[in-house]
Amino acid sequence: MTVANAPVLVSDAAESTTRRHSPWGPATRRPDRGLAKYLGLTPFALYVVVFLAIPTVIAVASGFFTDEGDLTFDNVLGLFAPNVLATFGSSFWISAVTAVVGAVVGALVCYALLGTRPEGPLRSFIDSASSVLAQFGGVMLAFAFIAAIGSQGLITVLLKDQLGIDIFENGVWLYQVQGLVPVYIYFQVPLMIITFMPALAGLKRQWAEANATLGGTRFTYWTQIAFPVLAPSFFGSLLLLFANAFSSYATAAALISQGAQIVPLQIRSALVSETVLGRENMAGALALGMVVVMVVVMWGYSVLQNRTSRWQK
Amino acid sequence: MSAVDRATRLGAVRLGTEPSGIVRWIILGVVGVVFSIPIVAMILFSLKAGLAGGYTLDHWASLFDDDAARVYRNLFTGIGNSLLLAVVTVGIVLVVLLPTMILVHLQFPRLRRVLEFICIIPITVPAIVLVVGLAPVYSVVVRIAGGSVWTLAFAYGITVLPYAYRAIQSNLDAVDVVTLSEAGRTLSADWGRVLLFVLLPNLKRGVLAASFISVAVVLGEFTIASLLNRVNLQTALLQVSQSNPYVAVIFALLALALAFVLLLSIGRLGRTRRTGSES
Repeated sequence: MTVANAPVLVSDAAESTTRRHSPWGPATRRPDRGLAKYLGLTPFALYVVVFLAIPTVIAVASGFFTDEGDLTFDNVLGLFAPNVLATFGSSFWISAVTAVVGAVVGALVCYALLGTRPEGPLRSFIDSASSVLAQFGGVMLAFAFIAAIGSQGLITVLLKDQLGIDIFENGVWLYQVQGLVPVYIYFQVPLMIITFMPALAGLKRQWAEANATLGGTRFTYWTQIAFPVLAPSFFGSLLLLFANAFSSYATAAALISQGAQIVPLQIRSALVSETVLGRENMAGALALGMVVVMVVVMWGYSVLQNRTSRWQK
Repeated sequence: MSAVDRATRLGAVRLGTEPSGIVRWIILGVVGVVFSIPIVAMILFSLKAGLAGGYTLDHWASLFDDDAARVYRNLFTGIGNSLLLAVVTVGIVLVVLLPTMILVHLQFPRLRRVLEFICIIPITVPAIVLVVGLAPVYSVVVRIAGGSVWTLAFAYGITVLPYAYRAIQSNLDAVDVVTLSEAGRTLSADWGRVLLFVLLPNLKRGVLAASFISVAVVLGEFTIASLLNRVNLQTALLQVSQSNPYVAVIFALLALALAFVLLLSIGRLGRTRRTGSES
């Protein structure tokens, strides 16, 4: 098979100019092609080992060591200190609340988009806007919310002047954990639209026709057919949203400049001050705690995702 | 819309699979208005004339002042760094990821799942976790390659992996790479030529989409740069926002608009592919 020479394209690309005139067809290259094939994989493998595998291992394992390199369980046990548990608790509730709201609102938008042309301007606008807001907002979304509902924000002032409602009656909550809720919802809904739309668009028209033929109503169609089919995808997307909020750092860091109210911010203070709670390498232990949560959540996501793909075949 | 289209649409609405026009526009209208508020607030904020009230273009105009380059030096450094990082990151995607994906596609079909798994890991290991382990790795990188900002692109190459992988893979799946490369080889092209003149033109859309999305990710990246104490667009924006919030908001708007345009063009790439294959 000629394609067996593919590795040349990677491993020998640099030398190919000098070799162009030599007769190196498949037959003459046969002896070393097995090796050359694997050589082609090395740049990527090396890159991933150095910049993904090693950092991940260091991040997760450093929690088990002191600065002197001695094994210790202090940091990991430190995860169960009341204030650290409270941080994980805040992270959990903000991720859960924003994931549920984001999933429900996002699913509604997906429903509203059913029947619009996938290639049409409305869908391309919503797709692109969703991607920007869901994945690349970060610090900029924090600015947007300070401009909208900061203490001198557009909406804050409008509500106060026109309706006499002071949204910050009990203090400015935008820079507290509660303040993250509207901002997080703002990037959760678009993420839901991106991840849930393909599943909803995959509902087959024949199922609705079968339902109608058998005397079913709209209500039975949605409760008996569409919901059971969509449920794995819906809850899978919900888990993805949870993971997204749980691991999000930039927006929170931009809004909350001091303190460690949620886990990513606690990692920040552990990295910056080195001696949070009087423990070294606490950042590593916190990273471990986060990875454990992320692995569980993403595992659930992939299980549900596999179930979804069953219907889409 | 043709009469047949209209009839199927009405049928779909009656069957309950699609929302009626009113329901659709109520949902999209309400969500659209709520979601446009923060963006509108940013635009109005950038036009504010100060505490007295009223609106002005002064903040936008100040970007073109003679001393703008001096006043906003940090911000322009950040923009320059982010653009450099975007270029190097795209380079990593094109030189490291793309050839590996083609190689795996042609030679190691069994490794496809492994490659996919590796490329999706950065979703499970978020930047805030990665950065804990990147700090020691970078102390070595700085010793070898120096402390210049472009080295940050190595980390960004990892954060863009899931996006770039998906973009290239969907193109790889749609093109018969095996037949194409065999055809090229049969016509006595060497592998360099096959890659450059046969495979790349066919993978253009996937490669462009991967590059655009990588640029968007890099321009929006904050976590790693901030915690490794490097200056990029986002860390500079946050810093500038404390002294001159108007300029910070203006540049945030521009960056969001640029990312939006990049992603919109990815959508257009996909569309031309489909219409192209029909004709």
